[in-house]
Amino acid sequence: MIELKNINYTYGGGTTQQIHALKDVSLQIPDGQFIGLIGHTGSGKSTLIQHLNGLVKATSGDILYNGQSIYAEGFSMKGLRSKVGLVFQYPEHQLFETDVFTDVCFGPKNLGLDAEEIRARAREALDLVGLDESYDKVSPFELSGGQKRRVAIAGVLAMKPDVLILDEPTAGLDPKGRDEILDQVAKLHRERGITVVLVSHSMEDVAKYVDRIIVMNHGQVAFDGVPKEVFRHYQELETMGLAAPQVTYIVQALRAKGFPIGEDITTVEEAKAAILQVVGGKR
Amino acid sequence: MIRDITIGQYYPADSLLHRLDPRVKLLGTLVFIVSLFIADSWLGYVLAAAFLALMIRLSNVPLKFMLRGLKAVMILLLISVGFNIFLTDGEHVLLEFWIIKITWEGVKQALFMGTRLIFLIMGSSLMTLTTTPNQLTDGLETGLGFLKKIHVPIHEIAMMMSIALRFIPILIEETDKIMKAQMARGADFETGGLIQKAKALVPILVPLFISSFRRATDLAMAMEARCYNGGDRTKMKPLKYETRDYITYVVFAIYLALMILVGRL
Repeated sequence: MIELKNINYTYGGGTTQQIHALKDVSLQIPDGQFIGLIGHTGSGKSTLIQHLNGLVKATSGDILYNGQSIYAEGFSMKGLRSKVGLVFQYPEHQLFETDVFTDVCFGPKNLGLDAEEIRARAREALDLVGLDESYDKVSPFELSGGQKRRVAIAGVLAMKPDVLILDEPTAGLDPKGRDEILDQVAKLHRERGITVVLVSHSMEDVAKYVDRIIVMNHGQVAFDGVPKEVFRHYQELETMGLAAPQVTYIVQALRAKGFPIGEDITTVEEAKAAILQVVGGKR
Repeated sequence: MIRDITIGQYYPADSLLHRLDPRVKLLGTLVFIVSLFIADSWLGYVLAAAFLALMIRLSNVPLKFMLRGLKAVMILLLISVGFNIFLTDGEHVLLEFWIIKITWEGVKQALFMGTRLIFLIMGSSLMTLTTTPNQLTDGLETGLGFLKKIHVPIHEIAMMMSIALRFIPILIEETDKIMKAQMARGADFETGGLIQKAKALVPILVPLFISSFRRATDLAMAMEARCYNGGDRTKMKPLKYETRDYITYVVFAIYLALMILVGRL
């Protein structure tokens, strides 16, 4: 459980161009939730997630990890970072080792584990992202974009985090690569029960997977709730430069024309079922 | 720490110095540096100090900003001053102790050397503070254009310079990002001995190298796609001398003449 209490973050202090990146953000992230963090570029979502594992220190406010303040003296940041795994945007750019397996070992090695445990964790993490032994000795730079990204994600998973934060994990991937990554993350969440925070600016991506959506706008939390609730504000979302999933618009248009369809429809499958029901159920 | 280095940084403001033609500033800086090496008396340094003070006044750059740049070269300054104090031989011995011998000549030499270095750094950073990197390379390209006659690829050199300068902030940002990403994987850059710290840099340097190469090929491709081939290009804003530029040239000429005169006395 991570708890943010009135987090403020400003940078560029002292100069004329001071920027208030986060304004009084208070959030609770309970264990086991699958959360979508959404916001336009510059809304503060990347800054926010860097607070969660202590990479960026809040200007004011407090963050509690399992009830303990991470800013308290003697709190182990290294310990926190192994528990709150953060996968940056374009994580494949951080690969540096000569082969895939050694690179994935970097995280657990930094935790000071013994060699046996490190190897076991690396293997397990690579299995989780769907890369078998045949990739172990391949140079990460010879892999395709999607595979590189999976290696980088495995590098974080090998630390066995309780919370996994992914910053735009699908940026620059083709639809197939995108679905693969998201399906794998969803599987991890389902099977391991770990908390997942998925940062994205695409509603389409997250609507299918998450239990809860947090919308950031100008450094503040604009909406926080289950997808159905949040998408009901699709008009406000548009003013923030975001859009609800396309299917929401179809459903709203049909409702406006008088078709009796429920408005809490967020996925294509739900819409299909609802529309078929209205038009007579024949397929 | 990286932000403390003001050498090569631009300070946006509106002043006479900012508006001057970059060629004037380049040549002026050269003249100023030469004048510092001509000066070997107190009077010469006073004159140089007065001239520098006038220029700083005209530039609207806060003195505090300029002094911050000196901090970065403090160690270099201390080393050269130290060497001059201890290693200069002379007649008037002020202090002799074991193998250390401090002479009046040494102290004088050290003071001159220190002032010379400080003025040199302040003078050249004044140029970069008032000139954008683009103007600077433009000025170099046009100013050294005559070298084209003897087949020196001035345009290409200027282009490389401006690209290199343009990439500095990008690389700093990239370093910051990679550092954070590796810290998220438990990397530790602070603790450990020198060797351990050096080893800890590998996970930063390798990705940084790779990304610079990637950026370089991307840029090369983008330039080729727009048919860039060096060669003869016209400029949207060609450099043109104004009256104030000619006046400044005259001022610099007078200053140099005065310095030579003072040196002869």
